[in-house]
Amino acid sequence: MLNIPVLRWGKPYESLEADEVSHFITGEPLARVGQANPGLLGRDIRKVKQAREALKKIPTSDLVQMMKKAADLYLNGTLPLGDGVQSPDDFARMQSATTGLPEVMCRGNMEKNHFVLSNMDQMLEALTRGLPLSILTQGYGEEGRGVTVSYQVQSPALGMVLPSNSPGVHTLWLPVIPMQVGLILKPGPQEPWTPYRMATAFFEAGVPREAISIYPGGADMGAEVVSRCRRTMIFGGAPTVERYAGDPRVQVHGPGFSKIMLADDLVDRWEDYIDIMVDSVFLNSGRGCINCSGIWASRHTKEIAAAVAERIGPVEPKDPSDPDAQIAAFTVPGVPQAISQQIDALVQTPGAEDMTARYGARLVEMERCGYLRPTVIHCDAPDHPLANTEYMFPFVSVVKCPQDQMIEKMGPTLVLSAITDDQALREQLIETTGIDRLNLGAMPTIKMNWLQPHEGNIVDFLFRARALQIDEKK
Amino acid sequence: MSDSPVLDLDQKVEEARTALDEHVRKTMEWHFNPDTGCPFWLDYASKLPFNPRNDVQNFDDLKKFPPFEDDWLRGGPVRRWVPKAFANEPIYVFETGGTTGTPKSRVAINDFRTDYEMFSETLPDEFFPPGSNWLMLGPSGPRRLRLAVEHLCQHRGGVCFCVDLDPRWVIKLIKKGQMDQLEAYKKHIVDQAITVLEAGHDVKCMFTTPKLLESLANALADRGSSIGEMGIQGIFSGGTEFTPQWTRFAMEELIEGVYMTPTYGNTLMGLACSRPVTAEDGYKISYYAPQPRATIEVVSFEDTNQCVDYGATGRVKLTTLTQELFVPGFLERDEGEREAPYEKYPWDGISGVRPYHELAQSTTVGVY
Repeated sequence: MLNIPVLRWGKPYESLEADEVSHFITGEPLARVGQANPGLLGRDIRKVKQAREALKKIPTSDLVQMMKKAADLYLNGTLPLGDGVQSPDDFARMQSATTGLPEVMCRGNMEKNHFVLSNMDQMLEALTRGLPLSILTQGYGEEGRGVTVSYQVQSPALGMVLPSNSPGVHTLWLPVIPMQVGLILKPGPQEPWTPYRMATAFFEAGVPREAISIYPGGADMGAEVVSRCRRTMIFGGAPTVERYAGDPRVQVHGPGFSKIMLADDLVDRWEDYIDIMVDSVFLNSGRGCINCSGIWASRHTKEIAAAVAERIGPVEPKDPSDPDAQIAAFTVPGVPQAISQQIDALVQTPGAEDMTARYGARLVEMERCGYLRPTVIHCDAPDHPLANTEYMFPFVSVVKCPQDQMIEKMGPTLVLSAITDDQALREQLIETTGIDRLNLGAMPTIKMNWLQPHEGNIVDFLFRARALQIDEKK
Repeated sequence: MSDSPVLDLDQKVEEARTALDEHVRKTMEWHFNPDTGCPFWLDYASKLPFNPRNDVQNFDDLKKFPPFEDDWLRGGPVRRWVPKAFANEPIYVFETGGTTGTPKSRVAINDFRTDYEMFSETLPDEFFPPGSNWLMLGPSGPRRLRLAVEHLCQHRGGVCFCVDLDPRWVIKLIKKGQMDQLEAYKKHIVDQAITVLEAGHDVKCMFTTPKLLESLANALADRGSSIGEMGIQGIFSGGTEFTPQWTRFAMEELIEGVYMTPTYGNTLMGLACSRPVTAEDGYKISYYAPQPRATIEVVSFEDTNQCVDYGATGRVKLTTLTQELFVPGFLERDEGEREAPYEKYPWDGISGVRPYHELAQSTTVGVY
């Protein structure tokens, strides 16, 4: 069993407290992860400036090259981890074993991270809208229009309070180091693997150790990261989103409530879009905030729901090492039971029908874990309590709603795929502030363009455009 | 130290148990005698199927009482808790809880002085020099701790400086998620403490909570100073945050060279002292109640009349047996591991104290 220490600005710290993470099926202990008490960060934050200072000594172009080297180390290398080593296969197996994601999906996420790191120069080009990166180092410079532009860093390090259940989110923080900003990572309790492996790959590629800290711990450690860092990205449920709403220091990533809208002009051709709907709901086991949890249309909704249910309803859990495994397990006791009970209770409200009920029981209970099989609910009105819900498994509500009410009733939507050629509707959607990522046309909600920002541009979060004037006479 | 020959531990344990049983009989006679007892217990006894004065002859017999419900302490009239024998004495009331709703009240006459004088005997003079002035950096207002620490200081010949700290406001801020306000309040408290420490009062000793100790140490570090450099030699602290890891962190990084003793207690029980905490022992913290005035039992979660085995985990059950207060079998909101008696405290102790796992998620730890 591996022993993984706390990392304090790159230095291992052996805590007296450790959390054992185990295989969700066999119970095999995989690692003892040292737990940080929040006070450690209280002390370490006093050295946070050193993280940026160390990174600023390295040109951004060199850091970008380090990211490319780290990409290969992360994907292919056997890297040190605590008191042992970890191969890429170990990584996928361990991540699967503690998060419940099938190994094939873990490998898929590794490829995503590898892609982002390998294309870091293009990522930064896109994220900064072509800004010379020296401006982020120096704080000001010429953009090419003969005007001085200035971007002021808002924090020498970014705090990250990471989730346990969605390894795909790690792509969000990968561009931080080449922007010469340090990292303070608080891993999710079931997913320490990516932060440690990524940090090790960075170090082996030449990133200064004093640029990265990792503090595994409980909720109090997460709160400490938010409290101590001037900029923090946090992942959580609706209460977390509500708690930090309006706090400029915090970027919250919560439920996505991502949706597909089938507008009146194309809804009669709904069968042409079934693959898009199924992929949006089902791929990556429906865990991502970009997975679709609502399909909205004014008609044919029952047929749409039945067709989607027919495709995903029969899917059964498989061993996580099976290359054909398509759904993830819930590894926290009681969670799948609670979710399933909640759905069963809400579906009793008149106006809803569980279209997947005919394909067998939703809840599959095992000795140390549980699975929720894909679920499609038909709601005959947008005000039904299941019409705008999101769960961490392939779950979708197909909602009947007149088109002229859709935008108002849909509420906040991280990704909207609007299947419409109606130009007036498209214009209306472009101006709807409750929609973050807008896909115009027949695209799955999970389709990512890596050169576009996701839920807030990390550059805008870490740097502030401001005025800076220089007396050229001196 | 006694001049008598050294007794082996088993004998000491047996003697302590005998003394406890004797103390229980005296306590029953006191609290359930109409000439000395308080209205609450006299009324309660009239409804019991047994007579405590006759039928409770030893500590185990206290199990005949139904579990003590701390809700009985909420609301008045407060005098129903005052033993008749003390009716004409000056009465204090100390509160616990009360962030929302009616707090629990405990009447007191002299117990807090007695408890802290006993605790004073455990403090090493080397680090808590007699005559030293103290800083009480902890909850104020209607709390036992504020007066008790001041008395401890006075008992040791010093003058105690205090700050205002309202823990109910702290908990409200946390529950509302107003962390910026929480930080501002904490800074306000710590600023007051630094003002006292910098004012030339020759403060050498301090009570504080783990969170405030961290804040004070960090604020001083930001000024290029430290708790030791401010003249503090000994710290007395307490709370469930006193884990081995936190203690090690504090000793290595917050208070280098300054002595710190953890304690465990509450308004009802008093103060449990710790075995000396050492790096060699993995910073393990074991508490022992001031028996026979109070006891700590570590009981099964399922059967709270059954102690768990030594080393096993159970819920904290407190019993208070002073002339001022009788509390039989109060189930505290904490759990831990049962510790064996040892020479200095030949009765059961507890280690690894932490919030009771079934309540932990709903418990907001403020400044304690």
